[in-house]
Amino acid sequence: MSSSIVVGLDGSESSTRAAHAAADAARRHGLRLVLAYVVPWSPFEIHTAEENERRSIDRRQEIATAQEKFLDPVLQQLSTGGDLQVESVVRHGHAAETLVALAREHDAAWITVGRVGQSRVRTLLFGSTPSSLIQLSPVPVLVVP
Amino acid sequence: MNESSDLLAATFDESVNAFFEPISTAISTVVFYAIPLDFLGEGVELPLIVVWLVIAGAFFTVYLRGFQFRAFGQAVRLIRGRYDDPRDAGEVTHFQALATAVSGTVGLGNIAGVAVAISLGGPGATFWMIIAGLLGMCTKGVECTLGVKYRNEYPDGRVSGGPMYYLTKGLREKSPRLGTLGKVLAVLFCIFTLGGAVGGGNMFQANQAFSQAQSVTGGDDGPLGFGAAGAVFGLVLALLVGAVIIGGIRSIARVTDKLVPFMAVFYVVACLTVLFVNIDQVPEALASIVTEAFSPEAGYGGLVGVLIQGFRRAAFSNEAGLGSAAIAHSAVKTNEPATEGHVAVLEPFIDTVVICTMTALAIVITGTYADESSAPGVETTSAAFETVVGWFPVVLAIAVILFAYSTMLAWSYYGLKAATYLFGESMLVDRTWKLIFCVFVIIGASSTLDSVIGFSDSMIFLMALPNIVGLYILARVVKREINGYRERLASGEILPVAERR
Repeated sequence: MSSSIVVGLDGSESSTRAAHAAADAARRHGLRLVLAYVVPWSPFEIHTAEENERRSIDRRQEIATAQEKFLDPVLQQLSTGGDLQVESVVRHGHAAETLVALAREHDAAWITVGRVGQSRVRTLLFGSTPSSLIQLSPVPVLVVP
Repeated sequence: MNESSDLLAATFDESVNAFFEPISTAISTVVFYAIPLDFLGEGVELPLIVVWLVIAGAFFTVYLRGFQFRAFGQAVRLIRGRYDDPRDAGEVTHFQALATAVSGTVGLGNIAGVAVAISLGGPGATFWMIIAGLLGMCTKGVECTLGVKYRNEYPDGRVSGGPMYYLTKGLREKSPRLGTLGKVLAVLFCIFTLGGAVGGGNMFQANQAFSQAQSVTGGDDGPLGFGAAGAVFGLVLALLVGAVIIGGIRSIARVTDKLVPFMAVFYVVACLTVLFVNIDQVPEALASIVTEAFSPEAGYGGLVGVLIQGFRRAAFSNEAGLGSAAIAHSAVKTNEPATEGHVAVLEPFIDTVVICTMTALAIVITGTYADESSAPGVETTSAAFETVVGWFPVVLAIAVILFAYSTMLAWSYYGLKAATYLFGESMLVDRTWKLIFCVFVIIGASSTLDSVIGFSDSMIFLMALPNIVGLYILARVVKREINGYRERLASGEILPVAERR
């Protein structure tokens, strides 16, 4: 039996809508809500030695910023009722792959993300998180416009 | 305008020369003190610094029972992230530490150095270069294990290490008496690193980058042919370096970081193209590399002459034993110093065994090394490429400039670490060093003088003296670290992430 819903947040309006939609569903099904922010990062990026030296500090800052700027506001809105179990997590990595990993760790029933309104060219060149999620995810993916 | 700028450039060159000539000569004589081996042929010499580096590689290979060969498989698993805890995502990975170190080492040594070795030592020099590369793998592994073991983790979260720390902390740990020696060695190492950073890590790179840019744009008659072109080129290069190291404009560094691996791959592909086009000659070239390693044709100074050329250029190229890599590798996220020792063995492998050998094959097959019309160097490799595809030299020139740029960024950091060790951590030290570094970019690019090049080369090699003394003293510590890690690996105490529960 699944125990949670994982929501991918990126600070966009549609991702906030996704969080609210997921909150409703979580209440209905009695699931936990896991708000996740993924800092884009690859273990194979190359940096200068000076950046490497500061990496731990930068990482901590990135996590703190993501938490304060993107997760805390939504977390506050959703937990005011007190009837919902909400937690938040910031993780570094590839957006879709990391959401999938989180879904596994948290035994998610499904993953909810917002649809980012980006141009066709951008999507063609870089793909989008929802479309790669659909390819990778072992659980259903709900995309909120 | 041209005349006055030519005049200006000439006087500038002269004053730089007057300043460097005596220093350069004095240091070069000491560092490259060589035993003349005239009985083997005219001009054959055995530089002691090369002996020093090769003996260290051979000693550690025997002492650690061929560690570099045993480490290979695990090194590959480590850089693929098999042992990285997902909770540490966002920290410096083994791959990143290795890549940063490699982009600092892969450079002119792989392109120009190899051409020099083969021009002076014949195809057989390649064989000895590879042997020296294989020995250097072990020295690197030793250095980087120590670099991580004795690194500094500052309260604010920064992580940095290098020979100055293992020389002080490691030797003090052995005995208080050795502690004083450790301090002396660390200070010496830092002084030499400052010199090496300004010299081989900066002026030499700037100089070669300019001469490549000049030669592909049409030499003396091209747009970069005027008298002060070097100074102008140097100024632009200094601004680009300064923008990253002083201005903190990371986007430029990021562009380079993306381009350098791409160029390295392109370089290898270009070499492979040369091989592929001349596929029928490959067996013959391979045979000549092996046979001429032991019985070279006349004129290459016999077996010892060839061996020295190969060893010397391999050492120039992969920097094993100099201690520079230990600084670059130390920022990795790991609890096991030996893991970075494993990963570090790949560095001379990529640099020397793969990239240098590629260059060597291209040069040997096309026979451009035998052309005596121009001095051996980047030109030789460029000519080898040109026999196959006309525009390859242009891409090669771009590669040389990018390699030079990334090497400069790496060495500015090594120098900074040495400066802060000597003078303390402060904004003043940081800015002063970086400013000096940028000024030397201009001097390096604008100078046409051998004294500068001689000075550059020699300072880098001085670093090997204090560093390798430290490695010998700490040999047992390294052995304990490496064997301990391998035992825990074999017993299943350390498992890949996927198999942990």
